[in-house]
Amino acid sequence: MSPREQWVAFLTIVTKEIRRFTRIWPQTLLPPAITMTLYFVIFGNLIGSRVGEMGGFDYMQYIVPGLIMMSVIQNSYGNVVSSFFSTKFQHSIEEMLVSPMPSWIILGGFVVGGMVRGMLVGVIVSMLSLFFTHLSMQHVFVTVVVVLLTAALFSIGGFINALLAKKFDDISIVPTFVLTPLTYLGGVFYSIDMLPEFWRTVSLANPIVYMVNAFRYGVLGVSDVNVYASLATIAGFVAVFFVIALWMLQRGTGIRH
Amino acid sequence: MSALTIRNLTKTYANGVEALKGIDLEVKQGDFFALLGPNGAGKSTTIGVMSSLVNKTGGEVSIFGHSLDAERSLAKKKIGVVPQEFNFNQFEKVFDIVVTQAGFYGIPAPLARERAEKYLRQLGLWEKRDVQSRTLSGGMKRRLMIARALVHEPDLLILDEPTAGVDIELRRSMWDFLTRINQEGKTIILTTHYLEEAESLCRNIAIIDHGTIVENTSMRALLEKLQVETFILDLARPVESAPVLDGFEVWLKDSQTLEVAVPKTQSLNTLFVALADQQFEVMSMRNKANRLEELFVRLVEKNLAGETSA
Repeated sequence: MSPREQWVAFLTIVTKEIRRFTRIWPQTLLPPAITMTLYFVIFGNLIGSRVGEMGGFDYMQYIVPGLIMMSVIQNSYGNVVSSFFSTKFQHSIEEMLVSPMPSWIILGGFVVGGMVRGMLVGVIVSMLSLFFTHLSMQHVFVTVVVVLLTAALFSIGGFINALLAKKFDDISIVPTFVLTPLTYLGGVFYSIDMLPEFWRTVSLANPIVYMVNAFRYGVLGVSDVNVYASLATIAGFVAVFFVIALWMLQRGTGIRH
Repeated sequence: MSALTIRNLTKTYANGVEALKGIDLEVKQGDFFALLGPNGAGKSTTIGVMSSLVNKTGGEVSIFGHSLDAERSLAKKKIGVVPQEFNFNQFEKVFDIVVTQAGFYGIPAPLARERAEKYLRQLGLWEKRDVQSRTLSGGMKRRLMIARALVHEPDLLILDEPTAGVDIELRRSMWDFLTRINQEGKTIILTTHYLEEAESLCRNIAIIDHGTIVENTSMRALLEKLQVETFILDLARPVESAPVLDGFEVWLKDSQTLEVAVPKTQSLNTLFVALADQQFEVMSMRNKANRLEELFVRLVEKNLAGETSA
């Protein structure tokens, strides 16, 4: 395929993905908006007013970046894992496999589709947060880069999960038993500096700590960890996961006999 | 030029099943080729390898001279595949399915829409373009898959049982459509369980059984191998017994129907003259079974007997 044909093919997948999640917006865009509003009301307003300040900010302001990042993570992962697994389940993946599209375009198209949903939900949640608190972005570049990298990483993760999944149950195992605990323990609701030394050290092994803190640095200007080291680590994970996903796709893991 | 060349193709699945045991096949450009075989013979695996849905274990596949290993993209551009199972997104609209498929081949949206309209019209689906594909009838879904396979205008069209579950009227209109695009230059490879379909459409044929090609020849040459053809004759008046005819075996099926085995060495004229001599008036006649079907059954049984004795 010529570069122009590859670009058309890539846009076709991205457009198809965006059309899919916008067509079913009550299942894809509305639930995170409602869930996060509840977080803002309960943890921010009701409980937050009793917690007081954290990291030099009122509690509501402190948790908003983490909650935005949590919705980006869940939605970018969820979009790709459900969309690609459905494609596999209905055998419509064969439409792509018979075409001359290289594997990296298939992977790239799904990943970008997942990133778009993750970031769109992130924007919706950010706008909702403005009803509850005031936010002013301190480091635009860091904020944008960390959101892009995080959305990319979890989209790729969702793709790998979908390749390995054999039944619908398999696509909910990782979000339920891995992503949710890591996110809740990833410094969304607290500063890891509050933890005893042992648990603080354990927390540093959680990659989501770096994403949440890098994003919080972008928005509020405070972080528990080194921001640029965090960005480099996330970028490294993106590269490694992309290579693994591409290798699996080319090999036909879970999609070819 | 060869549209398809397969050399020593083997496929062993992870569970140890040897689906293809080193098949060789060549399909000429412009041919209408039948790939037949009983269930589980290896037809769909062969098509799966050609269309990159199944990883081969060994061997070579080339499409119009482009190796599927070395020039995968060029080879895949030349093929359109209509699979046995419905494999489109059931929740997408008919028009979107065809346009999206064109996009996967790098065809820009305006041209993709133009082509989608062309093929949906040709296949009688234009009126259904805005409906969700899951609401289509079985026959319409099959036609949608043909439109989708043609949208990038491939030189080789592979159809895996395209008329399964399709009513006779629609089947015939699909035959006409396939004959027309073959006459326009498209090479077609067809697998089917309707052997009269293969006999009336295809010029060349390969029969695959237990992962090996047991016959690969022209349809005419294959049909010439049939030593005896059996006909059913409807008589004008009831008779009490079957006539005795030299050189033919005749059975009385009921008082007005005869079954006659005609050896290849005898002509039908001889049969009719002999019947007329004995005051039998024939109103109509038909083959007892499709000729290809008779040969197919014999070849497959022979292959099975060979395997059993081995």
